[in-house]
Amino acid sequence: MSAFNAIGEEREIDRDEFTPGVEPQPTWCPGCGDFGVLKSLKQALPEVGKTPEEVLTVTGIGCSGKLNSYLDTYGFHTIHGRSLPVARAAKLANPELEVIAAGGDGDGYGIGGNHFIHSARENHDMTYIVFNNEIFGLTKGQTSPTSPKGHKSKTQPSGSAKTPLRPLSLSLTSGASYIARTAAVNPNQAKEIIKEAIEHDGFAHVDFLTQCPTWNKDARQYVPYIDVQESDDYDFDITDRAEAAEMMRETEDVLNEGTVLTGRYYVDEDRPSYTQEKKAVGELPEDPLAERYFDDDAEWERSYDLLERHT
Amino acid sequence: MSDDELIWRIAGGSGDGIDSTSQNFAKALMRSGLHVFTHRHYPSRIRGGHTYVEIRAAEREVQSRGDGYNFLLSLGDSFARNPQEEAYYGNEEIKPLSENLDELREGGIIVYDEGLVSEEDVEAINLEERAEENNWHVFPMDLRGLAKEHGREVMRNTAGVGVTAALLEMELEHIEDLMADAMSGDVLEANLEILHEAYETTQEEYEFEHDLRAPTGEHESEQALLSGSNAIAYGAIDAGCRFIAGYPMTPWTDVFTILTQNFPDMGGISEQVEDEVAAAALAVGASHAGVKAMSGSSGGGFALMSEPLGLAEMTETPIVLVESMRAGPSTGMPTKPEQSDLEFVLYTSQGDSQRVVFAPGNIEEAYEQTRLAFEIAWDYQIPSIIIYDQKLSGENKNVDVEFFDREPAPDLGSTLTEEELKEAAHDASGKFKRFDYENAEDGVASRSLPGQKGGRYLATGNEHSPVGHIEEDPDNRVFQMERRLEKLEAIRTELDDERESNQTYFGEEDAEYGIITWGSSQGAVVEAVERLNDAGHSVKGVSVSDMMPFPEQELTEFLEGVDEAMVVEMNATGQFRGLLQKELGAYGEKLTSLLKFNGNPFEPAEIVEGYEVNVADEDREPTAQVRIEPAAGD
Ligand SMILES: Cc1ncc(C[n+]2csc(CCOP(=O)(O)OP(=O)(O)O)c2C)c(N)n1
Ligand code: SF4
Ligand SMILES: [Mg+2]
Repeated sequence: MSAFNAIGEEREIDRDEFTPGVEPQPTWCPGCGDFGVLKSLKQALPEVGKTPEEVLTVTGIGCSGKLNSYLDTYGFHTIHGRSLPVARAAKLANPELEVIAAGGDGDGYGIGGNHFIHSARENHDMTYIVFNNEIFGLTKGQTSPTSPKGHKSKTQPSGSAKTPLRPLSLSLTSGASYIARTAAVNPNQAKEIIKEAIEHDGFAHVDFLTQCPTWNKDARQYVPYIDVQESDDYDFDITDRAEAAEMMRETEDVLNEGTVLTGRYYVDEDRPSYTQEKKAVGELPEDPLAERYFDDDAEWERSYDLLERHT
Repeated sequence: MSDDELIWRIAGGSGDGIDSTSQNFAKALMRSGLHVFTHRHYPSRIRGGHTYVEIRAAEREVQSRGDGYNFLLSLGDSFARNPQEEAYYGNEEIKPLSENLDELREGGIIVYDEGLVSEEDVEAINLEERAEENNWHVFPMDLRGLAKEHGREVMRNTAGVGVTAALLEMELEHIEDLMADAMSGDVLEANLEILHEAYETTQEEYEFEHDLRAPTGEHESEQALLSGSNAIAYGAIDAGCRFIAGYPMTPWTDVFTILTQNFPDMGGISEQVEDEVAAAALAVGASHAGVKAMSGSSGGGFALMSEPLGLAEMTETPIVLVESMRAGPSTGMPTKPEQSDLEFVLYTSQGDSQRVVFAPGNIEEAYEQTRLAFEIAWDYQIPSIIIYDQKLSGENKNVDVEFFDREPAPDLGSTLTEEELKEAAHDASGKFKRFDYENAEDGVASRSLPGQKGGRYLATGNEHSPVGHIEEDPDNRVFQMERRLEKLEAIRTELDDERESNQTYFGEEDAEYGIITWGSSQGAVVEAVERLNDAGHSVKGVSVSDMMPFPEQELTEFLEGVDEAMVVEMNATGQFRGLLQKELGAYGEKLTSLLKFNGNPFEPAEIVEGYEVNVADEDREPTAQVRIEPAAGD
C-alpha cells in the first residue's frame, strides 16, 4: 500500500484543476512570455495524465520563479539558482513523483550554471524549463548571460562586451538527453514540446523563449519563429549528436540576428536515466525511499549491528 | 600525569600505515581490558609529511590526550621527500625521531628503526646525550631488515609492534587475533613471523632497565573502539537518516564516507555532488519529499550552505547539517582543530536565526546529540546542526557496546499521513494549510509530502500565507515569524524539563571556582579539574553542548554558584564566552578566557597552569602557547 495515493491515480483530469481556486492571480506584466509557459503546462499535464498532487514543481527566484504560485501542484519556490539540486533530491527520494524544475536564464545559466551542467550530466529524470528572456526581469532589466553582445542596461551602460552563453550547446555537451527550444508566442509547439519533455525518461531541457516587454524592449518578440522540424530549409537528425550540435550552433548564432529558430534539437531515448544508473550500481533502493517511512513493517537497520568491526 | 598509564606514540611518514597499525594496537590494548583514547597529529605538508598517532591506555577511563607521552616508536620516514633540497627540508628520515623528543616524558622509552636512519643522523641530534639527561631508554632495532628478511619492507610496522610488546611485557594473543582478522595466507604468515621474531630478539638482545610496563585492567562488558565521526554517522543511522549529500572537505569527509559506505546495504542514498550549495539544497529537497536527510561540511563548504540553510528555516524543512571545524580563517590549517566557527554556525544566513545547534563534547555525546538533532528537526521542522571539530572527528575511544543497543527512531515527527490530512485545515480551493498559525502547537504546523492526496501547498523562501503563497501582509508576517520563533522556545522547554541535560558537569559540586568549556575540549578540561581537586584546590566544571537554544537556566545556576570562572576554548577571540555574555547579559566580571589557537588541542596541564596563573599567581605568564583574556574590569 502506498502512502502517496495521488501518484498514479487514474481519473479524468480537468485543466482547470491546475489553476489555483483562490488567489493569487498572476502578477506578471501584460504581454509577458511567462504566461505562455504557465499555459503550456496547464495544457500538457492533463494530456499526459498527471494530476496536480503527483507533480512537484520546483522553481528558482525571478519573475519566472513565480510559476508555481500560479500552477496548482505541489510546489517549492526555492532560492536563486538552486531549483535543480532541490528537484533532483526530491526525485531520488521519491522517484514516482513527476518533477518539473523551472527558472530564469539568470537563475539557470548564470548563478545556477554549475547545477545545470551536473544535472544534465547525470541525466536526472525530470523536466527543466528555462524561461529565457535574455534579461534579468525581476531585478529590473540587467544584462543576463544570454543577453546579446552589445546589450545595454544599467549595469552594462556601454553595451555588453560578452558573447552570450549557448544554452542548447551547453546542454548537449553536458549530457542532457532531450533538448528543445520553444517560444511563448508559439503555444501549440510549446505544449507539444512540454509534453514530450515530461514523458522523456531522463533530463529534458527546454529553453523557452519568453519575451519581456517591460525590460527587453529592443529585443524581438520572437516573431516570426521558425520550427526547424517543419521548415524545409533545415534538415538534420535529432538523434545524431554531431548534426544536433551543428543545428544548435546555428540556432544560437542567428537568434541575435533576428531569426528565431525553435523545435526539437536532440533526443537520446537510449541513455539510461540517473535513477536507472544508480539502481544498476546498487546505490538506489528498488522501492521509493519515501514510502519506507510509512511502512509499519519496515525493518530499520541499527548501528548496534555494525559494531563487530570496532570490537 | 600518573605512571600507571601508557602513552604510546607511533611516528612516521604520512604514507607509512601509521593509522591502521595504531588502530589495531589500540584495539589490542582495549581487548586486554584497558581503556584507550587515541589522538592523531596530522602531517604538516611543508615539513615533509610526518604524522603520529598517540594511544593513551589505562585501567581507568581516559578521554583526553595526556601531557606528553612515555613510549616512542619511531619508524623513520620511508616516504621522505626532496632529498636534493636538503638545505631547506633538512634530513627527512630522522624527523619522526628528532621532532618527537620534546614531549617525551622522563624515563620514557624510544624505539627507532636503525635500518632506516643512519648512525650519523642519530649522532647529529645528540640522542645519547639527551637520553642520559632525561633518563630515556633507547632501543635501536633494525625493523626494516627484520621485515625484509621474513616478508616485505612495509611490514616493519609489525616489527615495531613486536618490539613494543616485548618491552612492555604484553602478551601477543590479541595482536595476533587482530592480524588474523585483517589478513590471511602468506601475508598473515609473514607478519606473524615478524611479530614473533621482533618480540624474541628484543628479549634476547636487551636487559630491561626501564620501569614502564603495559598497565592491566578488565572490562565488565564488551567494548568497541570508535571515533567521533563514527558516532555521528551511527547516530544518524539509528535516527532513520537514509539520505546524505556532500562534497569532500577535511575533516567532515569522514562522516560522509562512513555513511556512504553503509547506505547501500540499508536502502539509503548518498550523493556526492558538484558543490556544497547543491549538497545542502539536496538535503532540503530529499527532506521535502519525505526522507530523513542530512548534509555537512567544514568551514569553507559550510559557508556555501548558508542560503539553503536559510531556505530550510523559512520553509520549515527539517534537515540535519554537521559542521566539522578546522583552524580558519579561509583555508586556514586544514588538518588542525579549532573551535572558531561557533558564531558563524549560529548566525550564518540572512534574517533571524531559527535553528538548533549542538556541540557534543565526546564520542558518546556525538552519538546521542546526533540522534537528538534528528528527532528535534523532524518534530519541530527546523534545521539542526551538529558542530564539532577535527579533534573529535578523528579521535578514537572505547565505548561499551551495549551503549548502542537501542531502538531505531525513523519517525517523521510532525508529518501527516493521508488519513490525517483529511482532517486537517484546507482553504476554499482545497489547498492544505501547511503553515497554519491558528492550529499550530508550540509553533509547529503539521506538514504534508508531495504525492500525498489532499496535501498540496507551496513551500517558498518568501514570507508566506498559511497555504504557502507569497504574502507580505504585516499581520501575517508577525504571526508567522512569531510562530516560527515559538518553536525555539518550545525546544528549550523540552530540553530543560523533559530530557536529561546535554551539559556535562564534573568536579566538586560546592566549589567556588568554575571552569566552563564546550565541544571537544571537554576531555582535557575534565582531567584538569580532577587534577586540580586532587592537588587540593576546589574547582567544578561544566561542558556545554546546547549552543542554540541556549541553556540559560543551567548556566545561570552554575555561574551564580561560583565566584569566578574560566572559559576554555580553542579559538582566539573567546566566541563561546561572548555567547555566554550575550545570552545571560551578566557575569562579565566573573569570566576569564583561556584560549588556544596554535593548531593543537589543549593538554590538561595547560588548563591546570591556566588556573594557577589566573587564581594563584596573577603576575605569571603561562608557559604554554595559550592566551589569557582577563575578566571585564580587571
Ligand atoms: C543569491 C541571490 N543573488 C541575487 C538575487 C537577486 N535576484 C533575484 S532574481 C534575479 C535575476 C532574475 O533574472 P532571471 O533569473 O533571468 O529571471 P527572470 O526574472 O528574468 O525570470 C536576481 C539577480 C537573489 N535573489 N539571490
Ligand atoms: S518584468 Fe519582464 S519577465 Fe518580469 S513579469 Fe514583467 S514582462 Fe515578465
Ligand atoms: Mg531572465
